[in-house]
Amino acid sequence: MITSRQLCTFFLDGHLFGVDAQTVQEVIRYQEMTRVPKAPPSVRGLINLRGQIVTAIDLRSRLGLKPREAGKLPMNVVVRSDDGAVSLLVDQIGDVIEVDADSFETPPDTLQGPARELVKGAYKLEGRLLLLLDCDVAVQLTPS
Amino acid sequence: MSIEDAELLKEFAVESQEHLSDIENQLLTLESQGDNMDVALVNTVFRAIHSIKGAAGFMGLETLGGLAHRAEEVLNRLRNKELRPTSVVINTLLKAADRLKDLIDQIETSNEADVNEHLAALEKILAGQTDDAVAAIAPTPSIQTDLQYKPEPQALSDEAMREFLVECFDNLEQVERDLLTLEREPNSEAVLNSVFRNMHTIKGSAGFLAFSTLERVAHATENVLGSVRSGHIAMDTDVSESMFRSIDAIRKILKTIETSGNDGNEPFTSLILEFEALHASKLAKAKTGNLAENREKINLMPAADTAKGLGNLESAKVIPNPVLNATPIPTPIATTQNKPNNPTSSPVAASGNSDCSAADSTIRVDVALLDKLMTRVGELVLARNQILQFNATINDNALYGATQRLNLITTELQEGVMKTRMQPIGTVWSKFPRLVRDLAAICEKEVRIEMEGKETELDKTIIEAIKDPLTHLVRNTVDHGIERPEVRKEKGKPSEGCLTLRAYHEGGQVNIEICDDGAGLNLERIKAKAVERGLMSQESASKMADRDVGNLIFLPGFSTAEKVSNVSGRGVGMDVVKTNIEKIGGTVDLQSKAGYGTTIKIKIPLTLAIIPALIVTSDSDRYAIPQVNLLELVRLEGEQTRKGIEWIQGAPVYRLRGRLLPLVNLRHELGLNETPSVGDDVVNIVVLRADDRQFGLIVDRINDSEEIVVKPLSKQLKNVSVYSGTTIMGDGRVALILDVMGLAHSAHVISGVRDRTMSDSSDRNINSKSNIQTLLVLGVGPDRRFALPIDQVTRLEKIATDTVERADHQEVVQYRGEILPLIRLSETLGVESCNDQQRLMDVVVYTEDSRSVGLVVDQIVDIVETELVNTRPAHRAGLIQSAVIQGHVTDLLDLPAVIRMVNPSFFQDHINV
Repeated sequence: MITSRQLCTFFLDGHLFGVDAQTVQEVIRYQEMTRVPKAPPSVRGLINLRGQIVTAIDLRSRLGLKPREAGKLPMNVVVRSDDGAVSLLVDQIGDVIEVDADSFETPPDTLQGPARELVKGAYKLEGRLLLLLDCDVAVQLTPS
Repeated sequence: MSIEDAELLKEFAVESQEHLSDIENQLLTLESQGDNMDVALVNTVFRAIHSIKGAAGFMGLETLGGLAHRAEEVLNRLRNKELRPTSVVINTLLKAADRLKDLIDQIETSNEADVNEHLAALEKILAGQTDDAVAAIAPTPSIQTDLQYKPEPQALSDEAMREFLVECFDNLEQVERDLLTLEREPNSEAVLNSVFRNMHTIKGSAGFLAFSTLERVAHATENVLGSVRSGHIAMDTDVSESMFRSIDAIRKILKTIETSGNDGNEPFTSLILEFEALHASKLAKAKTGNLAENREKINLMPAADTAKGLGNLESAKVIPNPVLNATPIPTPIATTQNKPNNPTSSPVAASGNSDCSAADSTIRVDVALLDKLMTRVGELVLARNQILQFNATINDNALYGATQRLNLITTELQEGVMKTRMQPIGTVWSKFPRLVRDLAAICEKEVRIEMEGKETELDKTIIEAIKDPLTHLVRNTVDHGIERPEVRKEKGKPSEGCLTLRAYHEGGQVNIEICDDGAGLNLERIKAKAVERGLMSQESASKMADRDVGNLIFLPGFSTAEKVSNVSGRGVGMDVVKTNIEKIGGTVDLQSKAGYGTTIKIKIPLTLAIIPALIVTSDSDRYAIPQVNLLELVRLEGEQTRKGIEWIQGAPVYRLRGRLLPLVNLRHELGLNETPSVGDDVVNIVVLRADDRQFGLIVDRINDSEEIVVKPLSKQLKNVSVYSGTTIMGDGRVALILDVMGLAHSAHVISGVRDRTMSDSSDRNINSKSNIQTLLVLGVGPDRRFALPIDQVTRLEKIATDTVERADHQEVVQYRGEILPLIRLSETLGVESCNDQQRLMDVVVYTEDSRSVGLVVDQIVDIVETELVNTRPAHRAGLIQSAVIQGHVTDLLDLPAVIRMVNPSFFQDHINV
């Protein structure tokens, strides 16, 4: 049984998040995008990724965090999903970190709000927590 | 043999379904031909079933093989004219074919399936228990014992011949490959089986098609192979050498067939004798030699094969000795080579390059690959657009030339790839004859189906999308449209109703018509029903035009059938038909004449992947509007912006030629910033059609029309109803494609239940003022004015003077991927032009069918709505009359006449001028 896995990490409002490195297609800097009026609120726009049209979802809005300060451009973490690629907008990219299953713990019941269904649990790293994001749930949006 | 190879199994299923898909119609044809049935057609069906049987047997699909076998026997009787294709026989065969289809669909469990019912039915026919089925005079089938007997090959259609040849070449190639493998591993049973099977198929097909030489050569070869397979003789160099010679001979014969339509006069007797000699000598040797080894091998063979092998052994014994001494004569093939090819008498070579044999001219390609190719081409189109835009900013001749070439090649590539995805509409229609036949039987009606334009091609995705709507319409027509035979006779019509399917291209779209000569719609009853269901008021019903009444049946929840039959009439369906067709950008229209029948006309685009669209801007974002929804563009300037738009209780409207056009602001609809940039004293209205309603969409700016590549919306955006897709613009940015229907719904232009009173009354308005015309006023020279009806105008364009080229002694420009001939109005009518020095010229594009002409004028003055007063007939050619319009004397153009003056052949191919 594999007890360690690699997570691609990123920062959102000072929190450290991670997604399975396997699901990440690529990480790219901020891209020009086309906004989509009337779309669910966390959809920031559409990106042309070498001819492939990718929907950009702002994880801050998805997690119910406060909006990014004006002037700060997000980065794109492009993940593969059943429905093609989806871009997750994050504040900043971290390292790829190898984590051990032993250090994993499911979130406490006190965790509420939208984060409840999006955070699978936390890896207890030295000095800080790495929150594991459920990619599949993150890209599921209910109509506004 | 167990079912091991899933790949093989899949291939078998695909192939068998293909075989079966044609059988249905062929059987129906046979039924209709009755005693005069086409034996070649029976052979085709026989061959298809035979292939299925053979393959099924090989793969251990016993149930399937068993059923196919029985069906084959019945077909054999038909072939020998021992049976007549009565409806009982055809019915049973059809049912058996259906069952075969089911079995193939569930191929893994097919061996457990129960087919006894079908077997019994076929058995009954074979036993002659369906008395009328047995031929009154069953002719003795001729037995082809005489080697010299050579019946004329059945007159085969080109297509069937080609198919046969492709198949044979395929088989032959497989045999060759397998033989090579056998040389390396002579004991491989699977390979040996494959060789045998393929040779058997060639023999079989040749037999059915009465290519007796081919059949004999294949048969002799098969015999040797049979003995090898059963282990009676070994696969040594002698044997394989002669096998290769046989392959060469067969290939020659096939080539002869391909070029001349028959298998030639070369009898190949020596080769056949050689095989027989070889066979006999090897067998004799084997008997005296290492029998023990052979016996061991025999035990490995399945029981049936052993029996067959023994059969061969016995027959081999009686081969007379002299044959043994017959010396093989070398190169029996050379003679056929010398035979002159006669391409005029050739059924196949005539249709193509004779160098390229039938087997090389078609290949099977995975649809997924084509889709991928299409996507790539789409991207290429986008890249091309980008370069074209870039090119406009740089003045470089070399770059310009290269770009033009890239442009051309991309366009051609795009067309080519699109063509690979095209399928004839016949693929959808092919199941209708059966459907109609069965339905007619249920409804106790007599219906004949006729098809015109089967070969009309459509994109695969569209073919799939219209399958269900069409089926529904056909079903409805048989159930409701066509009367019972006795009713028809009373009305003096033939008892057999006729359902006609017609398909043809028209102006970049495909029209599909479903016509019947039935009772037509009872308009009064439909109106009454609509009122009863609360779909409209009594008053508006009485005002309704007949044409509109017919289209009421497309409303949701509308059914006039007095009783619900199990075929149709549940009140769902027609609205679904309409919605589904509209989903792919099509329209449905119904016309009906009581007592004479109904015609349903469907118009659909050729493809969905790349569509023409109008690009507009709102709040600095671009949106694409599919051209199919577009009616016209209206631009209000200055004073008009305030006066033109009026308000009814907060809802803006615009008077468009006397009708009130509801306006929808795109900014408002999309929830964008609603204060447009200051200083713009212009309102751009895009007049759109959603369903049967029109509305005006206010946008900031109208950019241009462009071919766009449609990409689907991601899952996250599927629920946003105002978009239908996305596309990438020339500069690489993404733009959203507006869904006009969705937009109309969200803006409440269309409400749940449509009340037509408004559009109705405005229709009458138009009628009452029918002497008012909308004219496009043109200026030529300093003071001459001409006008023509706006409905003759396709588009107005500004074309750069330096893009004008010459072809066929005529000025032309490249326009939307086509060559647009130009007609200078000033020259044609002998009026002095004042506009020679300008960089851009105004061109009025006129389109007839798919051909266009550009009328070059000096100035486009205005579009006016006016009643023609003070007219005076004109005497000059090209003019109809003179009138006073806006205070100026204006000549009314006779546009067709003007075009004919310059290009007399423009209308020649067209009947409907």
